[in-house]
Amino acid sequence: MSDVDAVIVGSGPAGATAAEVLTGAGWSVVMLEKGRNHLLALDEPYGPLGHVSNDELKFLSRHFLGPDPFLEPRTFRHRESEGDRIFTGGVNNLPSTVGGGGFHADGKLPRFREVDFHARSELGPIEDADIVDWPVGYDELEPYYAAAERLVGVAGDHTANPFAAWRSGPYPMPPGADMYCAVLTSEAATRHGFHPYRAPTGVNSVEYDGRPACNNCGFCAFFGCPIEAKGDPVAPLRRALQTGRLELRTESYVTDVLIEPSGRRARGVRYLDADGSPHEVSAGTVILGAGAFETPRLLLRSGIGNPDVVGRYLMFHFQTYVLGIFPSRLHGHRGRSVTHLMDDPIVPDDLAAAAARAAGLPYFRGGIVEHGSGSHPIVEAIHLPPGAAHTRLMLESPMRDHMVAFTMQGEDLPQSTNRVDLDPTVRDVWGAPAGRVTFAPHRHEAACAAHWAPRLEAVLRDAGADSTFWVTSPPLEDAPRRFGRDPTPISRHIMGTARMGTDPRTSVCDPWQRVHDVENVLITDSSVFPTSTGYGPTLTIVALALRAARALAGLDPLRSTRPPDAPGS
Amino acid sequence: MAASGGRFLSAEEHAVVAAACARLIPARDPHPGGAAVGCADYIDGLLGAFGVEPPRIFAGGPFSGRAGGAAGFGDFLPLSRVEELAWRTRIEGSRGIAAREFNGPVRGWQEEYRAGVAALGADFTTVDAAIQDARLDAFPDFRAVLYRHACEGAYAAPEYGGNRDQAGWTAIGFPGDVQPRGYRDIEVSGRA
Ligand SMILES: Cc1cc2nc3c(=O)[nH]c(=O)nc-3n(C[C@H](O)[C@H](O)[C@H](O)COP(=O)(O)OP(=O)(O)OC[C@H]3O[C@@H](n4cnc5c(N)ncnc54)[C@H](O)[C@@H]3O)c2cc1C
Ligand code: SF4
Repeated sequence: MSDVDAVIVGSGPAGATAAEVLTGAGWSVVMLEKGRNHLLALDEPYGPLGHVSNDELKFLSRHFLGPDPFLEPRTFRHRESEGDRIFTGGVNNLPSTVGGGGFHADGKLPRFREVDFHARSELGPIEDADIVDWPVGYDELEPYYAAAERLVGVAGDHTANPFAAWRSGPYPMPPGADMYCAVLTSEAATRHGFHPYRAPTGVNSVEYDGRPACNNCGFCAFFGCPIEAKGDPVAPLRRALQTGRLELRTESYVTDVLIEPSGRRARGVRYLDADGSPHEVSAGTVILGAGAFETPRLLLRSGIGNPDVVGRYLMFHFQTYVLGIFPSRLHGHRGRSVTHLMDDPIVPDDLAAAAARAAGLPYFRGGIVEHGSGSHPIVEAIHLPPGAAHTRLMLESPMRDHMVAFTMQGEDLPQSTNRVDLDPTVRDVWGAPAGRVTFAPHRHEAACAAHWAPRLEAVLRDAGADSTFWVTSPPLEDAPRRFGRDPTPISRHIMGTARMGTDPRTSVCDPWQRVHDVENVLITDSSVFPTSTGYGPTLTIVALALRAARALAGLDPLRSTRPPDAPGS
Repeated sequence: MAASGGRFLSAEEHAVVAAACARLIPARDPHPGGAAVGCADYIDGLLGAFGVEPPRIFAGGPFSGRAGGAAGFGDFLPLSRVEELAWRTRIEGSRGIAAREFNGPVRGWQEEYRAGVAALGADFTTVDAAIQDARLDAFPDFRAVLYRHACEGAYAAPEYGGNRDQAGWTAIGFPGDVQPRGYRDIEVSGRA
């Protein structure tokens, strides 16, 4: 007999979604989260704890939501020839806390497009990349996307994006307030033939699901929401707790998945509690929602999954920041950080197609462009030089009150050499080997960035910017354009590392996200993504987790019908 | 190195840190500069964070009271076991304690400040600005630590000990924390 029906590792969107489905289906669940709980009380009525605040120091300088890079360092190198590592510290850290990264993301939640699920068969291969089709298509996923939007609470305008895939219905809420700077840049973008639209966001624009509307406080991306206007993942976690069948154990660090002697089944997990004492939980099913960085680290430490594939095909988004400094103040500190998106680089036009050919590539796969505001004051200050220039520039505020940042989340092509593995010497505070990233972008990403950045600079100039420039993250190794001294990609979109597919020789999970060789281990985070697409991953994480968890619980698949007049590609 | 009453620097050291912050963040109308906004108080409060209980690391929430609601920032949150390990190590250094040295020894900020302030010289507060700048330039590692902390002290919430009477925010036209009032839609979308 097991202690519980399922044990879930991680309380972010991936784990929380699975918890809601399984507890709703009557399963008993223990969820283990290594971080602290600042999200919600763990007894009735599971209200806010009041720890979250508009406090730049706490969230951006002091690792309030974890992980503290001293306690949980990660290491980085571009390629094996550089030696064991070239950097130790924070590498692509998503928060380690109850709620995971969902808690402090600003929650732009677009869906993928139909073609994203079969780029290989529709568009063809690209040399030196392993582009593959997904084992699930958009039409099958549509009802789960719709359910995810209702579950989290997404505000958006279903008619606004001409490139969007078909939908079975509108968003559950209308879009929230447009930021002034994004209104300026959207008008200019339209003049340049782009198609900006009001971002679908997992933030309440009206009261929804018992939580209030966003009041535009401006401490959004990288902060928790003090008034619970963001739904992901507080909404599913609270509903799971309300069933009385979820026990959430915080400050519980899972060290390994325990395997039966047959090697074919897991019997549970081992973890260390807040004091460092070891415990075991036995469970009928083990669900990993530790995020696309920690899940492969756990698989590697437990010796689970196809060893030729686990940890490989690590993908971030290749981020191109196109920055414009405007002569007037833009008050970018009011609002949700990003209120507009555009998909044009995902749906290349003739110019982009020609640029791809000129770069020797069959096509470009760009990414959404986020119309974003400037930084907060401490961040602005530490990027300025000390001395007289500091005070003069802080008073002028080029990077905070005068800046617009376009971020293109460029698709990062899957390569087997890009991977998470275990560092040979660096340890975390619990004594386990640190996760190590080996990552160098494909030449496609750099060429695509170099094409779109000047076109986006022209938009910013037309919107009124009097100076523009662009940088990428990760920095191009041979380019002078650098974003700080850090060689690591700063993208918080992490994917791949346990890709799903039908062939156990080339994938880690099956199409239902079960690990091929250990039948009762399921992965619900973006580790399973075969490709990265140019969209934020989180709505797709939630939709896939709904689908996989419903199948696990033996619930009927969700279905939807495409309206006959549905727009979309 | 004891941190009594949540303070660490001696009066002389405090004066040197304040003078150094005044060079890194010089006053310029309407900005009162790093000394007057209280950067040294912030730094002293960080170095002495474990002299008060709970330690002065994570301010409370959800509101400060400046934009409505009850004032909660001043009620600092208790740390977990590993958070205390991390912050004590950062501030006090690893001092040969095995639990703090799982990836090797760490030099703490208290030691960096004690040594850095001594290197700037006991007469630092009385010498010319140009000499002060030259001395800061001679210790770039210490200057970098000091600058980062000075920026935090100038623009972090006043509950952390700097940004006196919100003078840092006021100077740069930043309203600071705004919950639970927030902004009305017209303030977000409109030009003004
Ligand atoms: C500032 C910011 C903005 C973002 N904006 C967007 C956006 O606009 N759109 C979008 O789509 N995405 C966005 N993201 C990304 C989004 O946050 C992630 O895609 C999402 O959180 C991933 O969910 P997850 O549940 O898979 O993993 P996570 O959210 O990373 O959760 C994993 C959890 O597992 C826990 N865990 C890991 N290992 C263990 C272990 N061994 N034992 C116990 N617990 C463990 C971690 O502590 C963590 O809490 C943003 C991220 C950030 C940081
Ligand atoms: S901008 Fe809105 S959603 Fe974001 S933290 Fe503030 S109130 Fe919450």
